[in-house]
Amino acid sequence: MSSLTTLEAGQAANARNKKRLTAFLFVVPLLVFILITFVAPIASMLWRSVHHPIVAELIPQTLSELQRWDGKSTPDRQTLQTFAVELHKLNAERLSGKLAEEFNRAYTGMSSVVKASARRVGRLSESQLQAEGAETLLKAHKNWEKPQLWFAIQRAGQVYTYDYYLTALDLEIHPEQGIQVREDTQIYVQLYTKTLNMALVITLLCALLGYPLAYYLSGLPENRANLLMVLVLLPFWTSLLVRTTAWIALLQTNGVINSFLLGIGVIGQPYEMLYTSFATVVAMTHILLPFMILPLYSVMRGIDPSYLRAAMSLGAKPLPAFARIYFPMTLPGLSAGALLVFIISVGYYITPALVGGTDGQMISNIIAFHMQRSNNWELAAALGSLLLGLILLLYWVYDRFVGASNIKLG
Amino acid sequence: MADLAGDKAFLQFTNVKKTYDHKSLVVKDFNLDVAKGEFITLLGPSGSGKTTCLMMLAGFEDVTSGEILINGRSVTSIAPYARNIGMVFQQYALFPHMTLRENLAYPLKIRKRPKDEIRAKVDEYLSLVELLDFGNRYPGQLSGGQRQRVALARALIFAPDIVLMDEPLGALDKKLREQMQFEIKRLHEQLGFTVIYVTHDQTEALTMSDRIAVFNNGIVQQCAPPHVLYERPANLFVADFIGESNKLKGVIESVGEDSVQVRLEDGGLVSTLKANCTEVGQPTTVSIRPEKLSFNDRLGGAGNQVMARFVTRHYVGEYIRYHFETADGTELVVKNMNDSSAPQLSAKEEVALAWLPQDSQALDRPVA
Ligand SMILES: Nc1ncnc2c1ncn2[C@@H]1O[C@H](COP(=O)(O)OP(=O)(O)OP(=O)(O)O)[C@@H](O)[C@H]1O
Ligand SMILES: [Mg+2]
Repeated sequence: MSSLTTLEAGQAANARNKKRLTAFLFVVPLLVFILITFVAPIASMLWRSVHHPIVAELIPQTLSELQRWDGKSTPDRQTLQTFAVELHKLNAERLSGKLAEEFNRAYTGMSSVVKASARRVGRLSESQLQAEGAETLLKAHKNWEKPQLWFAIQRAGQVYTYDYYLTALDLEIHPEQGIQVREDTQIYVQLYTKTLNMALVITLLCALLGYPLAYYLSGLPENRANLLMVLVLLPFWTSLLVRTTAWIALLQTNGVINSFLLGIGVIGQPYEMLYTSFATVVAMTHILLPFMILPLYSVMRGIDPSYLRAAMSLGAKPLPAFARIYFPMTLPGLSAGALLVFIISVGYYITPALVGGTDGQMISNIIAFHMQRSNNWELAAALGSLLLGLILLLYWVYDRFVGASNIKLG
Repeated sequence: MADLAGDKAFLQFTNVKKTYDHKSLVVKDFNLDVAKGEFITLLGPSGSGKTTCLMMLAGFEDVTSGEILINGRSVTSIAPYARNIGMVFQQYALFPHMTLRENLAYPLKIRKRPKDEIRAKVDEYLSLVELLDFGNRYPGQLSGGQRQRVALARALIFAPDIVLMDEPLGALDKKLREQMQFEIKRLHEQLGFTVIYVTHDQTEALTMSDRIAVFNNGIVQQCAPPHVLYERPANLFVADFIGESNKLKGVIESVGEDSVQVRLEDGGLVSTLKANCTEVGQPTTVSIRPEKLSFNDRLGGAGNQVMARFVTRHYVGEYIRYHFETADGTELVVKNMNDSSAPQLSAKEEVALAWLPQDSQALDRPVA
């Protein structure tokens, strides 16, 4: 083969570039869509979990005064005085409620203290404020003397912070000891563990239930397999809410299952099944089963029956042939299905919210709680980011040990 | 066909029938006796039931009726994995998640052979198919021909009594095919196993087999050694399927001991060997191989003659194909060696073509 001349090479490169440009133009709409609906929200979530300027905007001078503070005793009079002046101003601007909320988040029980103190400082005239602002504050509540409170305020005043991550990991930062495990309430780590456990159980159940079915389907003639596949997919076509409520009807104390078991006399009194993690696991297994079956089925369909036949002709009994030959060949489908089910269930929200009660809550439910009830978006963002990180970490581990290239979705 | 097999055949199919849908028979009445060490080829058009027969023998399909015996013992009483039948699948069926060595070691591991014996055997068979350096590769990293050789080695390594090969060379190019045919023959002679071989390729069947069973519509049309099949086809289907043949229509005029006289449609009378058309007045097809048909002057006026007009000629290399047409439009082909005997003909030139009576047969004529 002779080599290309410069001109020919140039023409080839031009043609290639043109092709690339056309290809790129084809994906532009999707790219924009993904940027807007996926990348941007996630970026904004990550940003929110570390960016918290509100307190710094409300009491800028107090925070700059606090820089001189040794962190061990009550801050000096000048600092308190500055805070009193700023509180007075916030009270006048009706922003003290916002400050109260922020302080309360940093130091439990501060909501009422801030509100009461704001009212008292607000009643002072301009000259009184200059003369006895700090004293009024200290008289209003003894909390204002506590160095721990001021430490918390100082941290809450940081524009860029990792404190929400500490909270999300059940840690807290202490003026002397530094970062340590929070003593009073430890919920999040436990909840993460529980979520992972439940996701694992759901994935295992889906695999145990889905594998034989997919195997059976893959052995049927195409048209019958398609017909049965419709039945597998049927759950997809009914509303998630309807399906979940159906589980409520089945599982509740005087629901179908309990009535039946009572009726045939297997149990003496109804079981509490609804509003437990059992209910969450059962309902979610049902909902996520198709995600396991579909990739498994498509991989199994692609496996030529001659492999098993070859194994048998070589002398393998059916069971060993299955274990050593067939099963490894289905691993790509199994890992794809498992990964799908696991990742979806780790972040699942609606089913645990409806049938899980307090026992069956997962991490998403607490994230939703912080967004909707406690209005702590930063903590919600931190919890969400940790979840994202956790999933990426699991994926990485999976890739290391199984190999992501092994996944086969269809 | 019993001549090679003897009285006690090693492998017997007796009245084997098979249906998949309980409506139509895919294999209609299959009878075959195979002697130990014999190389038998099943040859036939697509869908004629060849694979089905192999599958029944290997135990992957059940027999609808009739019996298959190995050493006089019915196979239905033996589980597929206990039949000791090696099989080379059309699509290789090498286990993709195992290296070549693991693929080859698999049947030996199942048989719980000691480790060093397995290693030695694997080495032996890898070098037998000339792939010793490739042992640690995965099947996906091999070329088609290499995979084929591994499949062959794997089917042989556990010393099976019978080896089934279902179009094992179907995916290879001509050169590799010929090389592998040679390889298979060599191994067969060296190791002495019995082979049931399936192919579409008649040349392959002719060069490799001890006997060939020609299949059509689930029935064995003829089972015979290659030269018999080619020179004395039992019916028109076999004559057509194996090699080429010129077909002249006619009616049986008289019947002798070994030969018959046929009145051709153009009025000429020819003498040919007797085959499956033996009654006076019966419509028949006289079948002549193109290489047996030649220009009249070469036979010096002996034998049968037919007049035909020259149409065209094709240069093939070692020989030249001449195409002719008789008065009633029947096409005739003459293969002539590419030497000084090859004549130059002008268009539409009328020539006499001739052949010897023992080079033709009066075969059946399908009802139109
Ligand atoms: N598993 C099956 N179920 C139903 N019908 C089948 C099955 N396998 C084969 N058949 C039918 O049986 C007939 C014979 O098939 P078989 O595979 O034995 O043909 P073959 O001679 O091997 O053809 P080919 O040369 O194309 O491989 C075909 O008509 C085919 O459609
Ligand atoms: Mg076949």
